[in-house]
Amino acid sequence: MAKITYREALNQALSEEIKRDNNVVLMGEEVAQFKGSYKVSEGMLEKFGAERVIDTPISEAAFSGLAVGAAMMGMRPVVEFMFWSFCYVAFDQIFNNAASVRYMSGGLINVPIVFRGPANGGTNVGATHSHTPENFAANTPGLKVICPATPADAKGMLKAAIRDNDPVCVMENTILYNMQDEVPDDPDFIIPLGKANILKEGKDMTIIAHGKAVHTSLEVAHTLEEKHNVSVEVLDLRSIRPLDVDAIIKTVKKTNRVLLVEENKPFCGVDAQIAFLIQDQAFDYLDAPIKRVSAIDAPQAYSKALENIQIPAHDRILAKAMELI
Amino acid sequence: MEGLHHDTILEPSAKDSAKIKKESNEEEKGETHSDQADSMDFSTSTANQSLSAEDKVDLYEKMVRIRRFEERSLRSYQQGHIGGFLHLYIGQEAVAVGSVSMLGEDDHVITAYRDHGHALAVGMDFDECMAELYGKKTGCSKGKGGSMHFFAPDKNYWGGHGIVGGQTPLGLGIAFALKYNKKKGSCLCFMGDGATNQGPFYESLNLASLWNLPVVYIIENNGYSMGTAESRHSAGDPLARRGEAFDIDWSVSNGHDIYEVRQTISDALTSAHEKCRPSVLEIVTYRYRGHSVADPDQTYRSKEEIEEYKTNKDPLNLFREKLIKEGNISEDQIKTIDNRAKGDAEASAEFADASPYPDPSELMDDIYWETDNPGEKTSEGTMFFETPS
Ligand SMILES: Cc1ncc(C[n+]2csc(CCOP(=O)(O)OP(=O)(O)O)c2C)c(N)n1
Ligand SMILES: [Mg+2]
Repeated sequence: MAKITYREALNQALSEEIKRDNNVVLMGEEVAQFKGSYKVSEGMLEKFGAERVIDTPISEAAFSGLAVGAAMMGMRPVVEFMFWSFCYVAFDQIFNNAASVRYMSGGLINVPIVFRGPANGGTNVGATHSHTPENFAANTPGLKVICPATPADAKGMLKAAIRDNDPVCVMENTILYNMQDEVPDDPDFIIPLGKANILKEGKDMTIIAHGKAVHTSLEVAHTLEEKHNVSVEVLDLRSIRPLDVDAIIKTVKKTNRVLLVEENKPFCGVDAQIAFLIQDQAFDYLDAPIKRVSAIDAPQAYSKALENIQIPAHDRILAKAMELI
Repeated sequence: MEGLHHDTILEPSAKDSAKIKKESNEEEKGETHSDQADSMDFSTSTANQSLSAEDKVDLYEKMVRIRRFEERSLRSYQQGHIGGFLHLYIGQEAVAVGSVSMLGEDDHVITAYRDHGHALAVGMDFDECMAELYGKKTGCSKGKGGSMHFFAPDKNYWGGHGIVGGQTPLGLGIAFALKYNKKKGSCLCFMGDGATNQGPFYESLNLASLWNLPVVYIIENNGYSMGTAESRHSAGDPLARRGEAFDIDWSVSNGHDIYEVRQTISDALTSAHEKCRPSVLEIVTYRYRGHSVADPDQTYRSKEEIEEYKTNKDPLNLFREKLIKEGNISEDQIKTIDNRAKGDAEASAEFADASPYPDPSELMDDIYWETDNPGEKTSEGTMFFETPS
């Protein structure tokens, strides 16, 4: 097992799947000659040629829809958004066409497509470039949504997404692209969708998070343990839809206290659904109300001074956790 | 004829240049595009010269069947059996039937919500279509798509799409997949005149030309986008000329004449098959009914205008008269065809009426391939968060 970056892990996943299945192509803005806006697809054009790694014009609606049409015909396109924020100009193609064609055809058609790219704030690029639409996508039956937080997950889950016969939205994070960790090099290394991961065991409280919030939560868990003698379990959701409800309920029943952390905005965010599920299925196991930390409820701010406050940071999460004990 | 939307479009003197297809062979020009307005005879053009009497009668019957089916569906709508929208194709039949009749094994079709005509033209049957309108389990989409969302992938028919212009990138993708798989095919992507004002259409035209994709955009110009006449919704004339900005061959033709439709499509298919080039075809036609059948129909056009089309431009009448003149159809045949279509339409309404509604549990089928195929499931976790009890 080699130590590689999250970015290289994505590149391996894409390369292995393109090699494995002739129906897989990667398309998006700057993915080929430019080597990827975030260098995720570096070297792939040289390896696989312009037929498999395809530069598109800045036409998210057309190339997303093109990919949906090609997927209806049996191809397995991977569409890269430079930022998930740009999916909004292709909303119809993703949320109407990719998500609903199977249903409206009474199951005659399926759409094996992957939409992927970074979906995060925290890089001082202002409101238009900092959206985290995992809650929108998860609100749409017909779509699957994953938010891998580690290099190994990035590889294993992207590969699972490409092999999946339904549309999968893969939400990555530019801040994680340089993160290094051990990643299996087995070309059949797959992490199934819908399987949460306990990153740290604990007994006094659980922090449930997804995406980059997982790493901030881990830091908080260590602080709580070292400075406050609280044993914290950290559950990484990894996949939003399907959702590992069993893992959520299990950890709540074990620790009886739960803090939900996400970088998404609060109103109808992913954690709103999770809070509902916990009170519905594990109410009697709760020793304290469910607490929640999310992005501050304003359009994403440009200024570092503001955005650092906006995204759940160590101290804000810690303060909320202290309310639980 | 004052005020009829295509008068201006088909005015020969004003529009000569508009009808000349870019890059088309010199000798093809006169033959394939209606330089001489809608009276030009296409019966012996290359696309039509080898049609047998039987073929022609068959084309006629297909148009009649679409009309009778839709007339029957209108009655069912008025009786309350069909809900929601019912966008009828009546008046436009020659476009779908003529176009589809030119297609080969690797040619595909996608369209908007006014989709019954295309569905029947590709060979979907009355029963499954009528049952879909009734929301029944036996419908082509098991009652989950409705009037706007008919599909038959086994017949290369990819819907039936309710968002205006939303199918234009999908048609591009179908063409992309054909080219990727080295098939000598094409995708006919039908759309309305109103749909030409959707942004994704232009993104698609750019890609189609840039990547040499065999997609044929067919603008069925029936003069109106709901209640907004072309002159009130579109700058620049004719609409098909918008393809020129992308170096795409384009033309305007008369959709009341099935022979001309066939020739127009034939040229575009040659270009798609032989050169992998897209086309934009504006086919002028007219709808007789309201936008959806419950919509008011007198606020934006006159009764006289509709009557004028019914009397002088009806694609079924025009073709029938031609067939009679050519000696290719008898009065008996005409009657038999009509009766058969009416009978089948009636039977399909009875079939739909007698069919069961989908079971509540079917609400959760056909959402994900994976949940429909539990034996081949690869994911874990919960997929649905509220299901019927
Ligand atoms: C994006 C979008 N906007 C509006 C509508 C509502 N709508 C449905 S059909 C239509 C008119 C379209 O006219 P045209 O493209 O000419 O097609 P036609 O109905 O004449 O066949 C409108 C406004 C819609 N379905 N989708
Ligand atoms: Mg129209």
